[in-house]
Amino acid sequence: MTIAQIIFIIIAAASLGAAFMVVSSRNLIHSALWLIVALAGIAIVFVFLQAPFLAVVQVVVYIGAISILLIFAIMLTRKVASDSGPKFNENWIWGLVLSIILFIGFVYLLYTWPGISTPIEPLASRADPLRELGVALVSPNGYVLAFELASILLLAALIGAIYIAWERK
Amino acid sequence: MTDPINLIANWLRQIFAGWGLSVGLVDFIMALTGVVVICAFVLVVDIFLVWVERKVVARFQDRLGPNRLGPFGLIQPLADVIKLLIKEDITPAGADKVIYNLAPIIALATVLLLWAVIPFAPTILGADINVGVLFLVAVGAIGTLGIIMAGWASNNKYALLGAFRTVAQVIAYEIPMVMILLIPVLLARSMSLQDIVAAQNVWFILLAPIASLIFLVSAIAELGRAPFDLMEAESEIVAGFHIEYTGMKFGLFYAGELLHTLTMGALFATFFLGGWRGPFVEQVPILGVFYLFIKAFFLYWVIMWVKYTVPRIRIDHMLDFNWKFLTPLSLVMVIVTSIMDKILGQPGSAIYTLGMLAANIIIAWLVLLVLRNYVKVERRLVGEPKSVATPYLYESPHS
Repeated sequence: MTIAQIIFIIIAAASLGAAFMVVSSRNLIHSALWLIVALAGIAIVFVFLQAPFLAVVQVVVYIGAISILLIFAIMLTRKVASDSGPKFNENWIWGLVLSIILFIGFVYLLYTWPGISTPIEPLASRADPLRELGVALVSPNGYVLAFELASILLLAALIGAIYIAWERK
Repeated sequence: MTDPINLIANWLRQIFAGWGLSVGLVDFIMALTGVVVICAFVLVVDIFLVWVERKVVARFQDRLGPNRLGPFGLIQPLADVIKLLIKEDITPAGADKVIYNLAPIIALATVLLLWAVIPFAPTILGADINVGVLFLVAVGAIGTLGIIMAGWASNNKYALLGAFRTVAQVIAYEIPMVMILLIPVLLARSMSLQDIVAAQNVWFILLAPIASLIFLVSAIAELGRAPFDLMEAESEIVAGFHIEYTGMKFGLFYAGELLHTLTMGALFATFFLGGWRGPFVEQVPILGVFYLFIKAFFLYWVIMWVKYTVPRIRIDHMLDFNWKFLTPLSLVMVIVTSIMDKILGQPGSAIYTLGMLAANIIIAWLVLLVLRNYVKVERRLVGEPKSVATPYLYESPHS
């Protein structure tokens, strides 16, 4: 076992454990903080997959923006950020069955996929993956349509927010 | 002999290889050693910063500052550290213990993380990653988290209010900062900090003076230093998010704040003042560390100068200044810089430099013109005689 594998196992176990704590913690703030640990674990997995851009964006967007928004929402909406009710409702058995089926499906898919057993090839050192990603986002042969659509969607959301917040005189 | 750090690193590498360790393990040990060396170096500088801060503020306030312990009071910070270490360690009742104790560690660790990508010299740097600039933004986001955790876990209203203020301010000022960081990236054609420094045959402060000023202002706001120290406004919320912290836990926040200031100075130097560049640095790489720290300390001094000169601004002014002035201006700067870049061709020529500088001067002039008219209107509105009987200021908007 190489050092990289050991680190991967530790990170994966930490992310899974944190993800479990997100749904099982009684305190909502603790849940949000565990969610951050889980997301940070995913970011480290991206680093191991030689995708530093995705790793950093994962941290900026999910930890820097979404988690802080979540924490704020919790702090502003609840007087006591803890839950005293039962942890399970009557549908827990169906949830368990569905998730086991889903898990088996994923394992089967990955098992039959040929890429699972081939080791990853290191990227060509000359190529700058970041530059290629940037070009692909704005080239007509790449993802320019999706990119522009997402931009328009965000712009519409911005204008909508300004319209709602506008103080009519 | 010109590059002692890499000399020692190679020597250690050979020793480890001689012991028959695998290449992966040697890389791992060397990386770990590098982390420890950079953290230790930066933290030792941090102790010295306490002295610099106290001495300079004393000079700004026409005092002498610490001068009893050692020459020029140089031993004073060590005494401060010992004092912090032996103070009683208090955890308030009702505090969320784990988060409460984790928060100061995160606050200091995120500042140390920033040093991972800052190039010290042509051959001495932690990691040359191709998303360096985004990495800085990401780490800054985690730093905000430490402050929220401190404010929430302290179980104190003032702490929570301070944390709310901090987050409102830091998130708001992150927008012009990230936007303005696009300009050095655009000029250097790379997001790696080492490439940005290498591209600065002409310092970027000449190509983008407005951008450098916006970066400095938003850096001061991110640091929460005066005039943006609303998060620890003593007269309103006592000390803000670190009100409940004592001893070394407070010390970690304090050290984090001082070190963050120096880090912002180093980042300013890296983005706009050529980082480690200076005379003879190509032959003697170790000089780069010296140049970088000279520039970083100069910026540290500028930030202190601002801190001890300007009074605290009001919270609505702070937000207005960001959203109505810095953000639009940084958007304009990014657009203008990219258009000018297309027109002027390859960076490095004299025409390129002069063109960029001229564009910046024209925009600065236009901004000042607009601001002057705005201020004129504001002054007139404030100066107009108001009849006392109609307090329209307090009128309900729905009537």
